[in-house]
Amino acid sequence: MKNENKAAKKKLAPLTKKSFITYAMVLIAFAVMQILSSGGYISSMLTGLLVPLCVYSILAVSLNLTVGILGELSLGQAGFMCVGAYTSAVFSQLTSETITQPLIRFPLAIIIGGIFAAIFGILIGIPVLRLNGDYLAIVTLAFGEIIKNVFAAMYVGYDSKGVHISLKSLSNLNLENDGTLLLNGPQGISGTPNDSTFLIGAIMLMLTLIIAYNFINSRTGRAVMSIRDNVIAAQSVGLNITKYKLITFALTAFIAGTAGALYSHNFYTLQASKFDYNLSILILVFVVLGGIGNIRGSVIAAVVLVLLPEMLRGISSYRMLIYAVILIVMMIITSNEKSKAFIEANTQKFKALFKRGKTAEAKEAE
Amino acid sequence: MGFLNNLINGISLGSIYAVIALGYTLVYGIAKMLNFAHGDVIMVGGYVIFIAMTSFGLNSWISILLAVIACTLLGIVIEKVAYKPLRQATSLAVLITAIGVSYFLQNMALLIFGEKPVNFTSVVNVPSLKLFDGKIVISGETSTAIVISILIVVGLSLFINKTKSGRAMLAVSEDRGAAELMGVNINRTISLTFAIGSGLAAIAGALLCSAYPTLQNTTGAMPGIKAFVAAVFGGIGSIPGAMIGGILIGIIEILGRAYISPQLADAIVFAVLILVLIIKPTGILGKKINEKV
Repeated sequence: MKNENKAAKKKLAPLTKKSFITYAMVLIAFAVMQILSSGGYISSMLTGLLVPLCVYSILAVSLNLTVGILGELSLGQAGFMCVGAYTSAVFSQLTSETITQPLIRFPLAIIIGGIFAAIFGILIGIPVLRLNGDYLAIVTLAFGEIIKNVFAAMYVGYDSKGVHISLKSLSNLNLENDGTLLLNGPQGISGTPNDSTFLIGAIMLMLTLIIAYNFINSRTGRAVMSIRDNVIAAQSVGLNITKYKLITFALTAFIAGTAGALYSHNFYTLQASKFDYNLSILILVFVVLGGIGNIRGSVIAAVVLVLLPEMLRGISSYRMLIYAVILIVMMIITSNEKSKAFIEANTQKFKALFKRGKTAEAKEAE
Repeated sequence: MGFLNNLINGISLGSIYAVIALGYTLVYGIAKMLNFAHGDVIMVGGYVIFIAMTSFGLNSWISILLAVIACTLLGIVIEKVAYKPLRQATSLAVLITAIGVSYFLQNMALLIFGEKPVNFTSVVNVPSLKLFDGKIVISGETSTAIVISILIVVGLSLFINKTKSGRAMLAVSEDRGAAELMGVNINRTISLTFAIGSGLAAIAGALLCSAYPTLQNTTGAMPGIKAFVAAVFGGIGSIPGAMIGGILIGIIEILGRAYISPQLADAIVFAVLILVLIIKPTGILGKKINEKV
């Protein structure tokens, strides 16, 4: 307990510095990639990965708020992403004729995707957040799957008579001949305008980072962290546990929803089956590899883990096996008493070595 | 008669859930952790039986025995490699590790057996029962599942309450520190728990794959999670509770599928979990535990 308090104190003061380093890293990475791609130095495969990189980084940051700051494990992040992706895509299709300027339409679509995901987050969160630990993980996993299954079973269209919704089949929809089909069951949604660009993705990632860092450093964020560290102590100083949990949950759902919007506007067609359990696990792997509670680490881990399998084609069939091993090994390394002590001793040695080297260099310069 | 048939199907599915839930309830009660990989051990058991029967042409009894042995060993290995180093760690770390193990088993199976589901030949050769001039049919799989689950519950209760190792398990679940002071070997007891739980998972795998004869790498995942819901419903840590919870969840799922909506059947099961945890967090037969500061 004492160590945790110390770590928290250490973290708080240099947090602003930390956040600025992260912003700078994202900006530099963006500038480098932009220059490289406009110069034609990178392959088309890598260019195609730029928007997904932003999507995964945003998702990793959002899940890290739940796991690292709230201290609860949510396995339904893909479900919230699914809600955001679908609602924003439907919005863009409905308004593609009225709002022709994508620079106005797309931000609106992103916000709508985020808001719908947040509404789902609150609706699911009200009953679910009374649970904790293992129960919360199971129920969020279940709801993620249910959201995916319901979207995959939905047929929605509209015509002169209004909106038609069916959960059974396309013919059950009774759509007039002049009607427009929006959701086509397992085939999903198609015809989404291709609005996502690397620039917009990078801006969204920056905004997400700014929101995340400011949230952690805010009064609410500190309250949430105190709940994570000791629920009973937090309760006894009068914090409303459910309220703070719900705020965090809604915020992470909102961010996941915006990531979903970015994702859906990157493809012409989109199926709900993409937002499955594997995606939620993938995001968890980013968070665990980057360090639980470490926002910058999540972004770096997301970038590395998305790029690595693409670069090394040979390992791509073992990809998910490697993810599983990362989860197990990272947890044993960071949570086992012996390995923790071992790492601590060695990092201190390493740091001392590094410092001595630095001072020696400085002396030589003199 | 439609309702009665659904009810029987529900009880059948529920008895399979009950056998799976027993594994969860044992491990949760004694090691105080959610063994996420339990459902995937079922899948491994299913594949062992499948290979023994199709590739080696063994008969169903020997195949099931092989699966039980393989899963028992697998359970012990998983506990030693992944969970034992984390005895003192936070529950979040243990949970993430367990998810990692589950994901590992799923993807190992995917690499070995491929994505395509295989057709599982039923290991049950009990004739089906026809009642009321064939209006109600109870298949051999159904009656076997019900009988076996009852046998397992009775046997396990006897083991826990009457044998020395069983009482050691009870003691560890009650108070690990005190049990250690009284000379109970904690590590051996937890290993034994995992061994029994995983052995039961193999039997559950045989029943599940016989009743729903397709087998793929994710076969165990959803039934595993629903069985956990059943264990919580019945009162986690309680053996008769797992049986009652399993059968109720099976009935709720089948009736929900038949009368409300097939897409929402899973949602209904999880809504039950939320309701139980809000109204009576200890489940039907669970004991109340006061949270200490």
